[in-house]
Amino acid sequence: MVNWIWLFFIVISVVVAAINGRIDAVTQAAFDGAKSGVTISFGLISIMVFWLGMMRIAEDAGVLKKLAKLLSPVVRRLFPDVPPNHPAMGYIMSNLSANLFGLGNAATPMGIKAMQELQKLNPDQHTATPAMCTLLALNTSSITLVPTTLIAIRMNYGSANPAEIVGTTLAATFVATGAAILADRWYRRKSSPPPGKTTFHPKQIPVNKAIDPPMPASASLRNSGGGDIV
Amino acid sequence: MFDLFTRISAWLIPAIIVFIPLYAAFRKVPVYETFIEGAKDGFGTAINIIPALVGMMVAISMFRASGAMDLMLGAVRPIFDWLSIPTEVLPLGILRPLTGAGSLAFTADLIATHGPDSMIGRIASTIQGSTDTTLYVLTVYFGAIGIRKTKYALKVGLFSDMVGFLAAIIICMYIFK
Repeated sequence: MVNWIWLFFIVISVVVAAINGRIDAVTQAAFDGAKSGVTISFGLISIMVFWLGMMRIAEDAGVLKKLAKLLSPVVRRLFPDVPPNHPAMGYIMSNLSANLFGLGNAATPMGIKAMQELQKLNPDQHTATPAMCTLLALNTSSITLVPTTLIAIRMNYGSANPAEIVGTTLAATFVATGAAILADRWYRRKSSPPPGKTTFHPKQIPVNKAIDPPMPASASLRNSGGGDIV
Repeated sequence: MFDLFTRISAWLIPAIIVFIPLYAAFRKVPVYETFIEGAKDGFGTAINIIPALVGMMVAISMFRASGAMDLMLGAVRPIFDWLSIPTEVLPLGILRPLTGAGSLAFTADLIATHGPDSMIGRIASTIQGSTDTTLYVLTVYFGAIGIRKTKYALKVGLFSDMVGFLAAIIICMYIFK
């Protein structure tokens, strides 16, 4: 699916630019986009280096394990295929809590680290596992308790009650996250029926309970987004 | 109330930064060496993201500059008019999943133009705050570990963005009548 979206953006952009006579602007935009991609990545270096160092200390001290244990009843349900004691669980927890408190620049490194840990459980290094998709779904809908940036902007423009959107934001976030979890569940079930339900697996893969069951490619990619990422 | 929130988030990071090494030192972890060991991975990880991020940013930047996005908005506008939803917030529905900075700028602009306490300002704030930049998150997280087949992840993300967008509008129109 990512393949198609990417192609769609580029082709449509050039066609529309040609019609609008903005072909120069679109060329410039392409190079500006490339530049901002690199700028963002470079901006991530300092944050990544710092937080990964911090988190290694936390991991070695057993803080992550404690955190994972504390919140695991909820999260274990969302990630049934990750062993509860796996380090990935601790990083997932820290990622979600950082998101919750609006610590954006801490959330990203922890999310990436969680992905790296999940990658260790992945039988196919180029294909996302259900657990990765779930973590991504939770991050894209981003459960934030207090949208600090927005409150600050509203304050700047002289709002009578800058924080009045906290309630509506929380409600909307809640709905969006709920939708993400439900959709994720649905796709998860569709692409890998739980063991016990006999389906038309061409070859039943020996499922190690601890590891994400690999997807039968034929079944899962039929009409779901088996797209490549850029 | 907001003061309390800002104060808590201002203290949260320093608290974490001091708590982790302190606790680790009690557990006899060589804190500095461990920090260096873990931090080593940071550079490579950030660099790994570059190809994916450049690819995505190029496409999005072209899409906006060409006027294709305005065209897309024009197509959806009548539906919004029909539902008597302020059409000004419509671009946010498309911008939000694509670019974090872009949609934040757009939100700030809406707030500046219509006022933070207008319906448009409130809806825009709620939309901006309630979801994250799906395409960015996907590119960065999967780019960092070299996942190429993203399966259904993007669909789920975009679906939840859409639900969040509509929920934000409905909730605001109901609460701030």
